[in-house]
Amino acid sequence: MLGIESLGGSAAAVATVGAVLAEAMVLYIGYGALTRIVGSRTLDALGGE
Amino acid sequence: MAIFGVSLAMVAVFVGFGLLIGTLFGFFGMGGSFLVTPALLVLGYPSTVAVGSGLAFVFGTSVIGALRHRDHGQVDYTLAIIMIIAMTFGIELGKNVVFFLDATGRADAIINVAYVGLLAAVGLFTLRDARGSGDGESTGPGLAERVQAIEIPPMVTFRGDVRVSAVIVAAIGLVIGVLSGFLGVGGGFLLMPAMMYGLGIPAAVAVGTDILQITISGAFGAFTYAESGSVALPVVGMLLLGSALGARVGAGATNLVDEDEIKGYFAAMLLAGSAAVAANRLGDVYGIDVLGTVSTALIFGAALLVSGAVVLAAVCRLRGDRTGVWCRLTTS
Repeated sequence: MLGIESLGGSAAAVATVGAVLAEAMVLYIGYGALTRIVGSRTLDALGGE
Repeated sequence: MAIFGVSLAMVAVFVGFGLLIGTLFGFFGMGGSFLVTPALLVLGYPSTVAVGSGLAFVFGTSVIGALRHRDHGQVDYTLAIIMIIAMTFGIELGKNVVFFLDATGRADAIINVAYVGLLAAVGLFTLRDARGSGDGESTGPGLAERVQAIEIPPMVTFRGDVRVSAVIVAAIGLVIGVLSGFLGVGGGFLLMPAMMYGLGIPAAVAVGTDILQITISGAFGAFTYAESGSVALPVVGMLLLGSALGARVGAGATNLVDEDEIKGYFAAMLLAGSAAVAANRLGDVYGIDVLGTVSTALIFGAALLVSGAVVLAAVCRLRGDRTGVWCRLTTS
């Protein structure tokens, strides 16, 4: 499915943990940028301003 | 059409559920993991995959938490190292129990029963706390003093001038590690009170140390299950996609809404989770299909209700509305 299965055993496990770590860091940075760009405007809109 | 072997409808379910779980985690600081494994069980994933994927989700969530707290987190590295070593043994032990039970064909039943008990116990404790009958503050320091008075060498001194037996700290870590490896939970909801009320560690140090050790033990737990192919990586990825955004929403809501106002709903959600796992198991055993539907509706409906209450309460505070029909509903 993701190509990790073909590694097998410990290599597949390292790749799995690495993939989760990489995704978490990308999401942290990506959503952080999104929050900075649209965060205050969203709050203003929700607050009825 | 499918993405990584998961249908588009299920992709939406996992991302949406992650968003709800993330909102709860960001707001309450817990609940990030102990609804994921039951949800995967209810959706029909084998117990080993549900637990392994739950631990991988815990790891991803705690990495994001660690990044958020990196500037102002206080970590006691001695405490963290003792806990991490003990939890690593505990997780390995818990995993071996799961695989042993799996080989005997009893893993699903026992893990389901353990989840029913765990969610019910935490739910009832939270409900008691929400109704103001808890007396944690008066018993907490007393318990910590009694634990600190136990002189089993070697004694270690942690930040905040807290002197405790390393054997007791390791025993606590071992028990939480077993639970983590057995049920796929991060253990933060046990570690935090254990460190603060059980050992007397200052809250700021407990928070920083808690995140560090859950990140490391979550990585070890995910690794150990992934070695046997028991982590559904696409599912974990989709859950994280939603939860990372939800965590920001939930954390933002904490600036607007008092946690105690929503705590009753949170307790009800945990009790609904307990009922959902029980209904699912009974449905499987007695072949009653409708119970499977009831359990799915309970677990996803409860998460939707509580995270919806958090967001609605935040919007009401933003608008300065405390008397509208919907806004009054957000106070439990």
